[in-house]
Amino acid sequence: MMGSENDEESHLHSSKEDMEKLFLREDGDPLTKSNVNGDKSNSNYRSAMSTLFDSRHPSIVVTPADSDPLFAPPSYYSESRSPRSKPNGGDRVSSYLEPPSYADVIFSPFDDISEINGSEDGHSQSSDSLSRSPSSLSSDYIKITVSNPQKEQEATNSMIPGGSTYITYQITTRTNLSDYGGSEFSVRRRFRDIVTLADRLAESYRGFCIPPRPDKSVVESQVMQKQEFVEQRRVALEKYLRRLVAHPVIRNSDELKVFLQAQGKLPLATSTDVASRMLDGAVKLPKQLFGEGGGASSVEVVQPGRGGRDFLRMFKELRQSVSNDWGGSKPPVVEEDKEFLEKKEKMYDLEQQIINASQQAESLVKAQQDMGETMGELGLAFIKLTKFENEEAVFNSQRARANDMKNLATSAVKASRFYRELNSQTVKHLDTLHDYLGLMMAVQGAFADRSSALLTVQTLLSELSSLEARAEKLEVASSKVFGGDKSRIKKIEELKETIKVTEDSKNVAIREYEQIKENNWSEVERLDRERRADFLNMMKGFVANQVGYAEKIANVWTKVAEETRQYDRESS
Amino acid sequence: MESTTEQPRNISGSMQSPRSPSSQPYLSVSVTDPVKLGNGVQAYISYRVITKTNLPDYQGPEKIVIRRYSDFVWLRDRLFEKYKGIFIPPLPEKSAVEKFRFSAEFIEMRRAALDIFVNRIALHPELQHSEDLRTFLQADEETMDRFRFQETGIFKKPADLMQMFRDVQSKVSDAVLGKEKPVEETTADYEKLKHYIFELENHLAEAQKHAYRLVKRHRELGQSLLDFGKAVKLLGACEGEPTGKAFSDLGTKSELLSIKLQKEAQQVLMNFEEPLKDYVRYVQSIKATIAERGTAFKQHCELAETTKLKEINLDKLMLTRSDKVGEAEIEYREIKAESEEATRRFERIVKRMEEEIVRFQEQKTEEMGVAFHQFAKGQARLANSVADAWRSLLPKLEASSTV
Repeated sequence: MMGSENDEESHLHSSKEDMEKLFLREDGDPLTKSNVNGDKSNSNYRSAMSTLFDSRHPSIVVTPADSDPLFAPPSYYSESRSPRSKPNGGDRVSSYLEPPSYADVIFSPFDDISEINGSEDGHSQSSDSLSRSPSSLSSDYIKITVSNPQKEQEATNSMIPGGSTYITYQITTRTNLSDYGGSEFSVRRRFRDIVTLADRLAESYRGFCIPPRPDKSVVESQVMQKQEFVEQRRVALEKYLRRLVAHPVIRNSDELKVFLQAQGKLPLATSTDVASRMLDGAVKLPKQLFGEGGGASSVEVVQPGRGGRDFLRMFKELRQSVSNDWGGSKPPVVEEDKEFLEKKEKMYDLEQQIINASQQAESLVKAQQDMGETMGELGLAFIKLTKFENEEAVFNSQRARANDMKNLATSAVKASRFYRELNSQTVKHLDTLHDYLGLMMAVQGAFADRSSALLTVQTLLSELSSLEARAEKLEVASSKVFGGDKSRIKKIEELKETIKVTEDSKNVAIREYEQIKENNWSEVERLDRERRADFLNMMKGFVANQVGYAEKIANVWTKVAEETRQYDRESS
Repeated sequence: MESTTEQPRNISGSMQSPRSPSSQPYLSVSVTDPVKLGNGVQAYISYRVITKTNLPDYQGPEKIVIRRYSDFVWLRDRLFEKYKGIFIPPLPEKSAVEKFRFSAEFIEMRRAALDIFVNRIALHPELQHSEDLRTFLQADEETMDRFRFQETGIFKKPADLMQMFRDVQSKVSDAVLGKEKPVEETTADYEKLKHYIFELENHLAEAQKHAYRLVKRHRELGQSLLDFGKAVKLLGACEGEPTGKAFSDLGTKSELLSIKLQKEAQQVLMNFEEPLKDYVRYVQSIKATIAERGTAFKQHCELAETTKLKEINLDKLMLTRSDKVGEAEIEYREIKAESEEATRRFERIVKRMEEEIVRFQEQKTEEMGVAFHQFAKGQARLANSVADAWRSLLPKLEASSTV
């Protein structure tokens, strides 16, 4: 059914356009005239708007609007102002309260040009990044663009014909931060590099709400057209990187800097090397088992055993988290911090509600979309009727009716356009909800870091206590042997060494845990603040948008009501 | 006995109210008070039909009868039979499915459509004098039932039966006359009219289809606003101030607008989509009339042919001084009378149609104009409420975000 509708539409488009021109130009359509109310647009903004249409929310099908010649983007945006391109929040306040109506301004609070920086006072949003709450007025900025996907061949397989290929993307950074070498530079990266970056960040920034990286989505790559898939991935990568640089702490990370700047192969330890890391761990295993050597260093210890470095501990922690204790070891992670538990639950609730709201937002967008489409189709049907009546007219009554139909049709088409514009704006506003779903995942990640750090501490504590118990037993046994028990004494000494190392590890782990707790806390605080501000902005944008377009639509229909005034039969 | 719940429209002739001096003849009808009767499959709706008139043939000044849908069908079929050439006003569809649901809106829409139907008949210069109309408006329920059963009963509609009969008849005479091709009028104007009517139906059907979809879209948008409002309120409950309150306000407005959208959906259905449907039905009624005219034309042609043949035959017999002359002469005269009658019938149809077309076009321009006007007003009203509702939130939102 979609197919036939599309055919119909495309067939109608050309005649539609003609009819449009025929009907709309006559009326001096304000939409095609240049704006009377002060054209504050700039060509940058217009081109930005058109690029924004590309990076739309993938689950929302807005294709008819895109390909619809009626839509004619440039002329509309000549009417729009972008209050949000100004860094000063004061301007924005006045734009909302400006009399007499919002109909003069098509609100378009998303300016792709606005930079992600400290000077933004949170009102500016691009479709690809979250706005930031009011902060200091520094003027540093960093902007990332992902573009230019290209197919490349696996170097190692170049000997073998038809070796595996992969896609690389050009990642361009524009910045004035002093940490970076230049003001604009590009590197080529493949998706695997993103995974590496994400993994390294996860290790280095435990406890932080790190934006989640795009999915690997193997299934989708089979189902979608290659081009579509690549484009979707490009968009997702861009979004991800922009979120990373928007994070006040992560933007300064070495890993990110290296990722953005280092030419050639990404000089970060890859995540795919699990096998060899397991091997490393296995090599150390005998030493650990027999208490020789330092085993893992203290630093390595604080990483969760899952990392594969400490094979033995990983095993222990796994056992613990499965909570199938078979005597001896302490109970699994007990989070006693009530405040934390409450917060965790609150976050969970919040996530559920955001999911729900996001879904309903999608339904709303679809309904608005459909309304616009059907209104347009209705207008078109009446345009055809008008033509028909005019061609076949024998009586004046027919001509009069044709004229009435023309007025109706013209307005219906205009209203249809307004609905669709309204909708594309709505999408961008309500996308904030969707963005925050990603962030909620980041919060989960941060909380998980905390739990696993606590698990590490508790594991070490229990290890320590069992080592000490063993040492004590040996001492008791040794003291019973007259004249000293050489072998036992030796063992006791070795144990005491291990205990010391474990003690150190425990202290490091505790410090790490405390640090993570702090990170959690500050991140959650920051997130709460930003989220509230972002949501408020979202609402403001959404509502202002609705007002603006409702006014425009009202005007369109009021005109028709005027034109058909003679048919008013109500006594009121 | 002023017991009407609705103000009957005074339509025929003068614009004076029924209470003014009845020097001007008037006939005012209204269909009111739908009541559901019976159960299950047998359920039907009965209506009060109130007639106010000073016409001599009627039991004045007011008469109230109870009628059901099939009575209206009876009336239409009778008029269609008797007043060939006139575009008989159309009836709303029987709609077996809707009947079961019998929603308040459906009942009201049907009542309104039936009211329009009867009024159009009462307004028509020829139809308003119809005896069948008088029966319909005056006869008691038993009599009406009898009439109706006679005609519709368990058989097909008389119109259908007659049509079948005529088809057979015409096929026979085609064979007799050795004609294969159907006989049709070929005047340019009439051709143009036929083409116009057939094309018009297509265009109107499309417009009506989209109008109906538009009604659905209103309902869907209303529903999604409701769901959105609820979701947003729940989200607000998770957030602290001022965001929480803002979400709550947003949700409330959303729910409010949802109601407005549902209301407008109903308005669009009643005041815009229904008139378009009525327009389509009217065009279909005209098509039926065109078919009638076609049949009448064929009869007129065939009888004229037959008469000619009989005449030739008679002349032949007269020349040969046959003793069959007498018989042939009688036959000839009979056929000639029939032929003249058929021609008269045909020409009356043609004349009626000429007048009807003018009326039809004017009527439709008026009715569509009204429909468009109401639609535009409704949409403007809706859009303004939407703007007002959202606008009222802005100061608060503004205040919240500068905190």
